Amino acid sequence: MPITYTSGEQVEVYRFSIPVTVGVPLLALFLQAFVPLRFPRFAVYVDLPLLVTIFFAMARRSPVAGLFTGAVIGLAQDMLGHNPIGIYGIAKTVVGYGASSLGVKLDVENAGARFLVTLGFYLVHSAVYFTVARGMVNMTQTWSWPHGILAGLVNAFIGVFLYFLLDRFKQRT
Amino acid sequence: MESVLGRYRNLIILVGVLFLQVLGLAVQVKRGNNNSEEKDTRLIRVWAVGALSPFERGIVWLQNSSGNIWHNYFYLRGVRAENRQLKEQIEHMRLEQVRLTEDASQARRLQTLLAFKEQFIAKTVAAQVIGSSGSDLSRVVYIDKGKNDGIDREMAVITADGIVGKVLLVYPNEAQVLLISDQSSGVGAILENSRLQGVLRGSANGEVVLERIMSDEAVQPGETVLTSGGDQIFPKGLHLGTVTKVGAGKDLFLNIKIRPAADLSKLEEVLVLTEKQERQATAEDHVRVRAADILAQRLPSVPDKPVTDPNAKSSASGVTASSSSKPASAAGTTAVGNAPAKTAANAGSSIKSVSVTGTQAGTKLTPATSQHPAGTLPAASGTARTAKPKTTTDSSTQAKSPSIQAIPTDSEPKPAVTTPPNPQPPAQEDSPQ
Repeated sequence: MPITYTSGEQVEVYRFSIPVTVGVPLLALFLQAFVPLRFPRFAVYVDLPLLVTIFFAMARRSPVAGLFTGAVIGLAQDMLGHNPIGIYGIAKTVVGYGASSLGVKLDVENAGARFLVTLGFYLVHSAVYFTVARGMVNMTQTWSWPHGILAGLVNAFIGVFLYFLLDRFKQRT
Repeated sequence: MESVLGRYRNLIILVGVLFLQVLGLAVQVKRGNNNSEEKDTRLIRVWAVGALSPFERGIVWLQNSSGNIWHNYFYLRGVRAENRQLKEQIEHMRLEQVRLTEDASQARRLQTLLAFKEQFIAKTVAAQVIGSSGSDLSRVVYIDKGKNDGIDREMAVITADGIVGKVLLVYPNEAQVLLISDQSSGVGAILENSRLQGVLRGSANGEVVLERIMSDEAVQPGETVLTSGGDQIFPKGLHLGTVTKVGAGKDLFLNIKIRPAADLSKLEEVLVLTEKQERQATAEDHVRVRAADILAQRLPSVPDKPVTDPNAKSSASGVTASSSSKPASAAGTTAVGNAPAKTAANAGSSIKSVSVTGTQAGTKLTPATSQHPAGTLPAASGTARTAKPKTTTDSSTQAKSPSIQAIPTDSEPKPAVTTPPNPQPPAQEDSPQ
C-alpha cells in the first residue's frame, strides 16, 4: 500500500519498467492519433499524452525526470502534426516539471487531488501552447475559457480512471 | 558557485531544455517563412510516423476484415430493398446522363472555339486513412500510400463527395494529408451560380470559410462551392461544399461559412490524384441519346414488321432512313431504336418520321418535318422501327454518324441493335449551332 503523506521525506517515489516507460506513452500517442478517426471530438477534448505525462511526473517525483518525460512525449506528439516541432514539447516540458515538483510536496494519490491537479495542468498546458503558438509560430489562436474548462474537466475525469489503471504498473524504489 | 548550481539544478535544466526547444522552433519558423520543404524536421517525423503506422495499419486491417465478414455474410438485411432502390436510381441517373451528355458536348464545342485547355484527372490512387495528428490544432490525416505508390507532395486528395485536402508530406509508405479545414490550408474556389471567386480556408476551430468575396456581392445560403482551378492543385469544377451562413466580415469582405462536401470527420477511403492531363479541348461528338430514346428502348416492343418499302430514302443527301437503331443524325437527331411508335410517342410526345435530311454530309441532319400521331407511323417509319440499319449511300455520312447502344431491358429480350462505334470520331464534326 503506497504511503501518501504530504511530508517530502515520507512521500513514496516509484519507478517503472522499461516496457511500461516506453509502451504507455506510445500507446497514448497511438490512441490519440487513431481514435479521432472514429470519434472526431476525441481530439478536441482529450489529450492522452498529457495525462500520461502528468502521471509519470507525479509518480516519479523527480523534476528532471518529469521535464524530460514531458519533453519527449510532447516532441513525439508534435511530430504527428504538421506544425513546427516543439510547441507541444515546450508545453509538456513545463507540465512535467510542474507536476513532478507538485508531487514532491503534495499528496497526489487520492482521486480528488488527482482531479484538481489534472484540471489545473490542462489549463497550464493550454496556456503555454497558446502563448507559444501565437507568439512564436504566428498561428491563429483564440482562447476560449468555456472550452478550456470543459476540456479540462473531461481530461481530469478520464485522468482519474487512467491513473488508477496505471497505478498497477508502479514499482517501489 | 557549486551550491548555487546544486540548489537550482532542476530549474537550470528546465530552462536549458526549454531554451533548446525554443531555439529549434525559431529555426523551423524562420526556414518555414523562406518556403523550405521542412527537410530538417522530416527525418524525425519519419521516425514518429514509422513507429505508429504499423499499429494503425494493423488495426484498420482488423477493423475492415471483421467489418467485411459481418456485412458480407451475416448482416444482409434489407439488401433486396436496397437493390431495388439502386436500380431505380440507375434509371434516373441514365436519364440525367443523357441531359448532361448534351450539355457536355455543347460545352466542349464552345471550349474548342475559345481554344480552352482542359484539365483531366488522368490517374488516381485509392488510399485508406490510417491515422490523424490527434490534435484539433493540426488537422491532418495519414494515408497508407506513399512515395512507393507514386504519391507526391501537393497532390489533391478527394472522395466521391468532394475535396478532402492535399498531400503535405510524403514518406515511403505513408503520406500526410492536410485537410481543407486546417487553418493553414487554402483552396481556390468559385460559387457555382454567381461565379464569384474566392479562397476557401480552414479556421482554428475547424470551420471552413470562403474568403475574399466583397461584401456588396449577393451570396445565398445553399449555394454550391466548386474548385476554381486557380491553385494549380485541384482541377476545376470539383465539389467543395455548400454555403451555410453569410455574414459581414472584415475589411469589406463577406464572412461565408461553408459545409464541406466531404465528411472530413469520418474519412475512410480517399483518392489521390496522381496525374492530371491538360489538353486542348476537342469537340468530339459522343453518343447522343435522347431521354425519349432510352425510355422507348426500355419499354416493350411490338413484333417486327416486314420491310415493305426498302426504297425509302432521305429527301436530300441520300441518308436512308430505314435504320431502326442507329441515330440518323450527327447533330442530335436520333432514330427511335426498335421501340414501337406508341411508346416512343408516349415518351417523346410526338413521333417524327425518321426520314432525315442531311443539310451537309455529316454535319447536321434535321428530321423531316412530317409528324404523325402516336401509333400511326407510315410504312417508311415502320421500316425504320424494325429494320436493320441499312445505312447509307454517302460514305462520309456513314463515317460521321454516331453510334447508339441499345439498353437491354430486364423484362423482355430484344434484338441487339448495337451499332459499332465509329473507329475515328470526327473531331470537328459539329459546327456550333
